Amino acid sequence: MTDPTHAAETVLRLDGITKRFGELTANGDVSLDLKEGEILALLGENGAGKTTLMNILFGHYVADEGRVLIASRGTGLSELEAGSPHAALEAGIGMVHQHFTLAENLSALDNIVLGTENLTALTSARKPARQKLEELIARSGLTVPLDARISQLSVGEKQRVEILKALYRDARVLVLDEPTAVLTPQESDTLFATLKKLAADGLAIIFISHKLAEVIASSHRVAVLRGGRKVADLPTAECDLRKLAELMVGHEIVETVRSKGSPGAPLLVLDKVTAGSGRDALYDVDLTLMSGEILGIAGVSGNGQTMLARVISGLKTPASGTMTLAGNNETGANARKMIDEGLARIPEDRHHDGIVGAMSVSENLAIESIRKPQNQRFGLLRFSAMRETARRLINAYDIRCQGEDSQARLLSGGNIQKIVLARTLDPEPKVVLAAQPSRGLDVGATSDVHKRLLAARDRGAGVILISEDLDELMRLSDRIAVIHRGRLSAADPTESLDRGTLGLRMAGQSGEAA
Amino acid sequence: MIRFEPRPPASVSRMLGVSLAAAVAALVLAAIPMLFAGLSVFQAYGLMVKGAFGSLFAFTEMLTRATPLILTGLAAAVAFRAKLWNIGAEGQLYAGALAAVAVGTGAIAAPTFILIPIVVVAGALAGGLLMLGPTLLKTRLGVDEVVTTLLLNFIVLLFVQMMLEGPMQDPMGMGWPQSEPILDEAALPKLLDRMRIHWGLVLALAASLGVYFLLKRTVWGFEIRAVGENAAAARHAGIPVTATFIRVGLLSGALAGLAGVGEVAGLKGYLTADLSPGFGYSGIVVAMLAGLSPIGVVFAALFIASIFVGADSMSRATGVSNYLADLIVAMALLCVLVSGLFLRFKVKFITAPSAKETGR
Repeated sequence: MTDPTHAAETVLRLDGITKRFGELTANGDVSLDLKEGEILALLGENGAGKTTLMNILFGHYVADEGRVLIASRGTGLSELEAGSPHAALEAGIGMVHQHFTLAENLSALDNIVLGTENLTALTSARKPARQKLEELIARSGLTVPLDARISQLSVGEKQRVEILKALYRDARVLVLDEPTAVLTPQESDTLFATLKKLAADGLAIIFISHKLAEVIASSHRVAVLRGGRKVADLPTAECDLRKLAELMVGHEIVETVRSKGSPGAPLLVLDKVTAGSGRDALYDVDLTLMSGEILGIAGVSGNGQTMLARVISGLKTPASGTMTLAGNNETGANARKMIDEGLARIPEDRHHDGIVGAMSVSENLAIESIRKPQNQRFGLLRFSAMRETARRLINAYDIRCQGEDSQARLLSGGNIQKIVLARTLDPEPKVVLAAQPSRGLDVGATSDVHKRLLAARDRGAGVILISEDLDELMRLSDRIAVIHRGRLSAADPTESLDRGTLGLRMAGQSGEAA
Repeated sequence: MIRFEPRPPASVSRMLGVSLAAAVAALVLAAIPMLFAGLSVFQAYGLMVKGAFGSLFAFTEMLTRATPLILTGLAAAVAFRAKLWNIGAEGQLYAGALAAVAVGTGAIAAPTFILIPIVVVAGALAGGLLMLGPTLLKTRLGVDEVVTTLLLNFIVLLFVQMMLEGPMQDPMGMGWPQSEPILDEAALPKLLDRMRIHWGLVLALAASLGVYFLLKRTVWGFEIRAVGENAAAARHAGIPVTATFIRVGLLSGALAGLAGVGEVAGLKGYLTADLSPGFGYSGIVVAMLAGLSPIGVVFAALFIASIFVGADSMSRATGVSNYLADLIVAMALLCVLVSGLFLRFKVKFITAPSAKETGR
C-alpha cells in the first residue's frame, strides 16, 4: 500500500518516551508521529515494549521521561495530561485492548454508551445514541447486533463492539493491541478491510502486531521496536518480510526445518471424550497420536484447547469416553499418574501452572519428581542431589539464572519455559503435550522450544502441539487436526493442508467444500 | 503524588528489619492514647519493661504467657504458609483443653510417663480433628475456611460452657462452671520451683523447631510451600493438593490444641470457659509479625507476651486499663500489614509537575 497521507495533519506525536521498571527499560527514548488517515503498524517481539508504549499513550502508565502530544481540532499539537485515561479519551484516543473490556451481561448498545452518559440525568437518552451508532455502522461496515448481550457475541463481533465504542466517543486515534490474536484468518481479513475504510475517512490507526504478513498487507507505515527502542520507522512499501523480520529480531533468522517424521504405533488414544461444560468444553473428541510424530492441534483461542490439555494432563476427568496411553487405560488418572506413565506436560500458562515463582530454580526442576527416590529418602529432601540435578539441567538446557538457588520468578519468560522443558523432557517421556509452547517467547527461545520438540519426536516420543500460530503448526506438525467449539476434526497430513483450508476449519466450516 | 515501584524479593535481614520497625511503630503509635490517659510515656513503658523483665518472677511469667502464643502462632503460621486461612485457633485451643481434661481428670489411671503423653496426644488430636471439618468443606465444596473456622470458635466455646455446667462440672466445685482438676500424674511438671513456668514451654519450642524442620527439609514441607505459593502449579506438577491441605489443617489444629493442653495441664489445672484471653486470635498477630517463619514465631510470641504481661503490671501501678496491651498488639498487626507494602514496593513521593514546567 502507498501512503495516501502526504499533506495530512499530524494528529499524534510521542516525544522521547522513556519508561523504566526497576532495572528494565521498557521504552527508551521512543518518538513517533502519526498522521490523519494513516495506519501505523507497531511491530516488535513480545517484550519489545509495544504494549507499554501504548499504555503510556492511553494514560495507564506515566512515562519517566518524554511527553505525548495530540492535536486538538484546529489548534495544532498540545500536551496530553500524563497518567490519565480520562484525558486520553477526552482528547480522542480510543484503545482496543487485547483482552476485551466489555460487560458480558449487558447489551452491545449498553456497553458502547456506558460511561458517556450523564450520571445525574434521570432518563438515559438511548434514541440519539442508537441513531448515531447506526450511522457509524452504516459508514464503517462494523455490523453488530446492538441489542444482543455481549456474552452471545462471537469474538470478532466483540472486537467490533470495542471499535464502535471508540468511534462513538469520536476517537481520532484508534489503538488496537494485537487485534488478530483471537481471530481466524478470515475474520482478520474483514477487520483490516474495515480499518482501511476508517483510515480513508480520516481516522489515524495504530495497530500492535508481531505478525509480519499482516503488517505488510495492511499498514502504511511500520515502526519497529526492539528491546524498548525504536529501531526503524519506514513506509511499508519499502519493506519485505525478511527485512522486517531481521529488524524485529536484530539478526538473521534461521528457521527450524522439520525432517519427515517416522510414525510408529499408536501411543495416546482418546475415544469419544466429552468433558467440561460451557465455552471451553470438549464433545466426542477422538484423537490418535503415534509414536515419532508431532500432531498439531489448530484452533482459535477458547475453542476447547484448554480442556483438551487438562484432560490429557490428568487434571480433569472426562464425563464420558476413554483415554489410553501406551495401551493402558488412563481415563480419570490424576496428574501424578500421568507423569509416572511417561507424559510430559508443557502448560499453556507457564507462569500460572508451570512454576512456583517463590521457590528456587532447583525446587522447580524437582517439583514433578519430588517423591521419586532421587529427590527424597524417608520423606526427607535430598538437597545436594536436587542441586546437582539442577546444575546439570541448567547447563544442558541453557537456563539463564543466577544459580540453582535463585527464585524462579526472577527469570524471563523464555528461561521459565526452559525450566519447564528441562523438567518434563529430561526423563525422556513417551508423550509430550505442548500447549502454546512458544506463546510470548522471543525468536531465540521459540526456536529452542521447537528444536526440543523435534528432538523428542526423533527419539520416538509422540508430541501433541496445541497452538494458535498456524505458521508454527505447519512448520512442526506431521499431521494437523482442528478444534472448533469443542469438536476435533480428523488429523490430515500437513502436506495436504494450506492456510486457507485450516482457516475455514478453524471458523467451523468443513474444509472439503473449499 | 505517590508512586509505588515493585522491588525484588526481600532479603531475610530486610524482613527482620521491617518486623522490628513495625513493632517499634506500634509502640510509638500506642503512646498517643497513653498521653491522652495522662501517663508519662517513658514511665509507662519503663513499668511495662519492668513488669515483663524486671525480676525472675516477671520473666518467667512472661515466658509462661508466651507458651500458648508460640503454639497458636505456629498453628497460624503453618496454615497460612499453605494459604489455608485458619482463624479458628481459639476454638481448637479449647477443644484441646477439653480433651486434656476429659482424659486427664481420672478417666484413665496410669503413671505419669504414660498419662502425660496421652493427655498431650488427646489435646492435639482434638484440635486437629476440629480443623478437619473446615478443611474438608474447603477442599470438597469450596466453602471459605475463614468463615467456618471463625464461627466454629463460638460453637466450641459454647460447647465447653455447656460441658462445664453439665456433664463435666466439678461436683466439688461449689457450683462454679469448672471441670474437675487435672490429676497430678497428668499435669505437665513445672520448670522452676515456686514459679508457674511449665514444660509446655519446652513443648512449644520443640514444636517450633519441628515445624521449621518440616517446612524446610521434608517432602511434605516442600508440598506445603508449593501449594501455598502457587496451588495451580502444584496441582499441575502432580502434588496432591487436597491431601496437603488436609495434612496442614490437621497439623495447624493440633498445634492450637497443644496450646490448650499446656494452659489446662501445665498452668491452671482445671478448665474454665475463660481459659484463654484470646490466645488463638493473638496467634494470628504472632504469625504475621514473624513473617510466617516458625523460628520467628518464638520471638514474636515473646514480644507479644511481654506487652501483655508488662501492661498488666503497668496497669496495676498506674490504674490505666490493661486494654492498652490489646491496643498495642492490634497496632502491631496493622503496622506489619502496612510494612508488607514496603517490602514489596519502593514508595516514591513525586511533586506533580504542572503543565508549564514540562514544556521542555
